[in-house]
Amino acid sequence: MGATKTHLRFDWLIIFIYIALVSMGWVNIYSASLSDSAQGYLDFTQIYGKQMMWIGLSLVLIIFILAIESKFYENYASVIYIASLLSLVGLFVFGRTIAGTTAWYDFGGFSIQPSEFTKAATALALAKYVSDIQTNMEELKHQISAFIILALPVVLIIMQPDPGSVLVYAAFVFPLYREGLHGVYLLLGLFATVIFVSTLAFGVIWAAIAIVLLAGILYYKNRRKRPKILKYVFIVTACIGFAFSVSYIFNNVFKQHHRDRFNIVLGKEVDTRGIGYNTNQSEIAISNGGWFGKGWTQGTQTKGNFVPEQHTDYIFSTVGEEWGFLGSMVVVLLFIGLITRIIYRSEKQKSQFGRVYGYSVAAIIFIHFFVNIGMVLGVFPTVGIPLPFFSYGGSALWGFTILLFIFVKLDAAN
Amino acid sequence: MRKAVLYILVLISGVLFTARLFYLQVFDGASDSLDKNNAIKIMYDYPQRGYMFDRNNKLLVSNQPSYDVMVIPKDVKPLDTLEFCRLLKITNEEFKEILRKARVYSPRLPSVVVPQLNKADYASLSEKMHKYEGFYIQRRSLREYQVDHSANVMGYIAEVNNAIIQKNPYYQMGELIGTAGVEKEYEDVLRGEKGVKYIQKDRFNRDIGPYKDGIYDTLPTRGKDIQLTIDATLQKYGQELMINKRGGIVAIEPATGEILALITAPSYDPALLVGRDRSRNFTKLWYDTIAKPLYDRVLMGEYPPGSPFKALTALIALEEQAISESEIVNCQGGYHFGRRVLRCHHRGPVSMVSSIANSCNTYFCTVYKSTMDKYPNPQEGIDHWRAHLSSFGLGDFLGYDLPSGKRGNIPTSTYYNRIHQYPQHRWSSLATISNSIGQGEVLLTPIQMANFTAVIANRGFYYTPHIIKNIIGPDTIPGKFKEKHYSTVSAEHFEPVVEGMHQVYERGTAASIRIPGIEICGKTGTAENYTRINGKRMQLTDHSIFVAFAPKDDPKIAIAVFVENGYWGSRWAGRIAGLMIEKYLKGEITRTDMEKFVLNGSLEAEYAKPYSGQPFTINR
Repeated sequence: MGATKTHLRFDWLIIFIYIALVSMGWVNIYSASLSDSAQGYLDFTQIYGKQMMWIGLSLVLIIFILAIESKFYENYASVIYIASLLSLVGLFVFGRTIAGTTAWYDFGGFSIQPSEFTKAATALALAKYVSDIQTNMEELKHQISAFIILALPVVLIIMQPDPGSVLVYAAFVFPLYREGLHGVYLLLGLFATVIFVSTLAFGVIWAAIAIVLLAGILYYKNRRKRPKILKYVFIVTACIGFAFSVSYIFNNVFKQHHRDRFNIVLGKEVDTRGIGYNTNQSEIAISNGGWFGKGWTQGTQTKGNFVPEQHTDYIFSTVGEEWGFLGSMVVVLLFIGLITRIIYRSEKQKSQFGRVYGYSVAAIIFIHFFVNIGMVLGVFPTVGIPLPFFSYGGSALWGFTILLFIFVKLDAAN
Repeated sequence: MRKAVLYILVLISGVLFTARLFYLQVFDGASDSLDKNNAIKIMYDYPQRGYMFDRNNKLLVSNQPSYDVMVIPKDVKPLDTLEFCRLLKITNEEFKEILRKARVYSPRLPSVVVPQLNKADYASLSEKMHKYEGFYIQRRSLREYQVDHSANVMGYIAEVNNAIIQKNPYYQMGELIGTAGVEKEYEDVLRGEKGVKYIQKDRFNRDIGPYKDGIYDTLPTRGKDIQLTIDATLQKYGQELMINKRGGIVAIEPATGEILALITAPSYDPALLVGRDRSRNFTKLWYDTIAKPLYDRVLMGEYPPGSPFKALTALIALEEQAISESEIVNCQGGYHFGRRVLRCHHRGPVSMVSSIANSCNTYFCTVYKSTMDKYPNPQEGIDHWRAHLSSFGLGDFLGYDLPSGKRGNIPTSTYYNRIHQYPQHRWSSLATISNSIGQGEVLLTPIQMANFTAVIANRGFYYTPHIIKNIIGPDTIPGKFKEKHYSTVSAEHFEPVVEGMHQVYERGTAASIRIPGIEICGKTGTAENYTRINGKRMQLTDHSIFVAFAPKDDPKIAIAVFVENGYWGSRWAGRIAGLMIEKYLKGEITRTDMEKFVLNGSLEAEYAKPYSGQPFTINR
C-alpha cells in the first residue's frame, strides 16, 4: 500500500470533527481562564496559552502517528501496553501527588498524567488479544484473560486513587460484547447499577424487600414453566448480598467526598453552599445562556469564576453560558457525529483488530462524553473525568489524540 | 443487536442531553434580568431631591446628608454583636429582629438596619465598619426644612413599604418616597432618577469591575426644583393666627387660581418627621385622634358652609330669573312653611344687597323656593340647582394638585328621593329649604369655599386652585391649571352680590372688623354642628366661618377661614380673614387690636368641653 495514496483514504469527517472540537475547546478555555494580566492569545504563562502549545504539539504528534506503518500498532500492541503499565507503576516511586491523588509525573513546570495514555494502550492490547485466531470470547478462559488485560491498569489507577478514571474502563464491555461476549454481562452490569442506585437512594432494607417482592412476582408469573425454586433463592441471595456489600462499601470504604458526590445526584443533599456547590453553579451558568448565550467572554458566571474547575472538567458550562442552547447543541451533535462515525468505520474494518480497536475508541469517547456532560448538567454524579478534546490538559488532549489517530491510520490502511 | 447497542446508547444520551439543556436554558432559565444574577451586584447612586421654593423664591426645603446602615443578609459573617449594637445604639434583641426581617425580605438585596444616622454617629461607626462584613453605610439625602410651617402643604417623605415595591419596581427596600402633600404629588419631579451601576463579582463576592464595561450603567439625574404658589410670609402669619384654634385658612389668587396660603390647625413642625426620632414623632402625631394634627382640615374637612352659601343662592336665583335684584322681601323674623318656621335674627323689608349685608334667612329661603318652583317638580329643581353649583367647583373633587381631598356634598334629586323614600313618599322643595342658607345637606371643604369666593371675585370664572407655580428646568406647570372654568351664572348677575358682600363690611355683620384702606367684600357664617357623646347627639358651639375677597374691584386675594366652634362668623374667622388680607395686600397690620385679640385668644377650653364629662353650655 503506497504511502502517497494513504492520505486520500483518511476519514476526513473524523479529522474535521476533531479540528472543530479542539478549536472550540480552546475558544472556551480562553474565556474560562481569561484574567486581567492576559497578554495576547499566545501568552504561555496563561492556561489558554499553554493549551495552545499542547494543541500545536498534538499536530506534530498526529503527523508521527499517521506516518508510522499501521502494522506497527498491531505488532507492538503488547509492548506499548506493558510500557504503559510500567509508567503507572513508576508513579508510586516518582509520581507527584496533587489533592491526594498520585497521578502525575512532574517535568519542571509540565506534568504528564500517564493514565490518559493507558486508555489507548489498553485498547490496543485488548484488540490484539481478541483478534487472535485462537481467542473466542464465548469461552470463559478467554473472557478471564481479557478481563485481566483490563484489570491490571484498573487496579493500578485505583491505587492512585483516581476512581473517576477507573469508570472509563467500563467502556471496554462494548467492544467485547460486539465480539461475542454474552449479553448477560451487559444485563448483569445494568442490574448491578439499578441495585446500586436504589440501595443508596432508599437504603439497603428497602432494596432487599423490593428484590424479594420482584422475585416473588416473577416466580408467580412463571409458575406454569415450573421454575426451579433453588435458582430463584440463589439469585435473590446474590442480589441482596450485592446490595449489602454496596451499602458496606459506601459507608465504610468510600471517603466522605465520594459519598457526598453520590448524595448530591440522588437528591439527598440540597445544600447549594456546600458540597452541591459545583453542580449548582454549573447549572446556574448553563441556565444563564438561554437560546443564544451571553456571547464569547461575556458570561457573568464564567467571568466571576463561579464554577470551579471550569476550564477542565466543567468546560461545558462555559459553552452553555456563552453560546447558549444552540452552541451547546452544536457540541453535543459533533460528539454524537464523531462517535457514530467511528462505530460506522469500525464495522467497515476488514481486520478484527481494527474493529475491536475502533469500538474501544468509540466507547471510551462515549463514556467520557456521557459522564462529563451528564455531570455538568446535573444528571449524573460528580465524577472528575475530562471532556475529550475540550477540557484543558495536555495529557488528556494527547491521550485522546493518540487514541483517535491510531484509529484514523488503521482505517486509512484498511 | 450486537452492532446496534452502542448506537442506541449514543442516541439516548443525545436525546437526554438535548432535553436537559432545553429545560435548563430555554424552559427554566434565561431570565435576562440582571438583578437576579448572583454574579452581578447592583449599586445605586441616589440623586439630590429637588428643592421647594415659595412664590417669592424663598427656600422652603432643601436636603441634608444622612447615613443608613444597610445589610445584605447572605454576606453577613459572625461578628461581635455586642460592640456593633452599642455602636448602632440598639439592643441585641432589636438587632436580631431586624436581621430576621431582612432575611425574610431577601437574603441578596439590601435592607435597612438603622436609618438616618446623624453625622456624629456616622463618624464613630464608619471607622469600624470594615469589621462587619455584609453591612455597609449608604449615604442618602434627607429633607432639611428651612421653615417651621406648611407641613400640610409640603408633606413628607417616608421609606417605601412592600406594597409600593410590589406596585412600582423602581423602588427598593429602604428607599424614600413622597407620601403626603407636594412630596407625594410631585414625587416624579422631585425625585429625579437614581443611577444604577452593575458590578461583576467573582465567587468570593469581590468586585472585579463593571459588568460589560458599564454599558447598562446609568448616571443619577438630580430631582427638579419646584416653586410653590404659597406665600411663606402669609403662611407663617396664618399659622400663628390659628394657634390654639382648630380649623383652617385657604387663600387663592382669583386671577390665576394659585393657592396663596393653605393652613390647617393644629399642625406640626415639618422637621419632626426627619431623622432618627421620626417614627417616635410620627406615632405621637398619628395617635393624637382628638386634635388630629396630620388631618388636613382645609382639604379633608367637610363642613356645612353656613351663610356664605347665601351668595350662591342669590346668584342662582338671579340666573334662573326667580327674582330681580331690586325685588323686596318683607322679613317677619323668620320663614314660615307649614307649621314650621326657620328663624331670622332680623326684621323688615330687604333687597338683595341688604339681605346679604344682614344675612337675612327669610330672604334666601324665599328666593330659593322661587328658584325651585320654576320647575315642574322639586327633583328637576334640585338638579338644575346642583348643575349651577358644579360650575363653581362644588360637590366633586376640585382637581387641585395635592393628594388628599373630599368631594363635599351637593345633594342630587336621587339623594333626596332615597332619603324621603320616593315615590312612596313625595317631597317638596320645602324639604330642602335649609340648603338655601348653607345648612341642611350641603357640605363643602374649606378649599371649595375659597374657590367659590374666587369665582365671585372674578365675576364668573375660576382657574383650578393649584400649589405648583413652576417646575424649574422645563419651566412648566400642568396645562389643566391654565384652563378657565366659567360658571353657569352670567357675569352681570355678580355685581349685586359683590355689592352685598361689600355692604357686609360697610354696615352689615362685619362692620366692626373693617380694615382701613382696603375695600373688602366678605360674608360671615355661623354653622350649627353636633357631636355624639356617649351615643347622645349634643350640639356644640357653632363654627365660625368667613369668606372674603379684596380689593373689591381688582381682587388679589380670595379667602375662606374656618374656625371650629368659634361661635359667630366675625368673631374669629372674620377677624382672621381681615388680618390675612391686610397682611397680604399691605405687608403690615393696622388693626393691631384685632391681631392681639386673635393671637392671644384660645379655644382650647371650648374643645375640652365635650371631653370633660361634665355638662357644658355652648355659644357663650
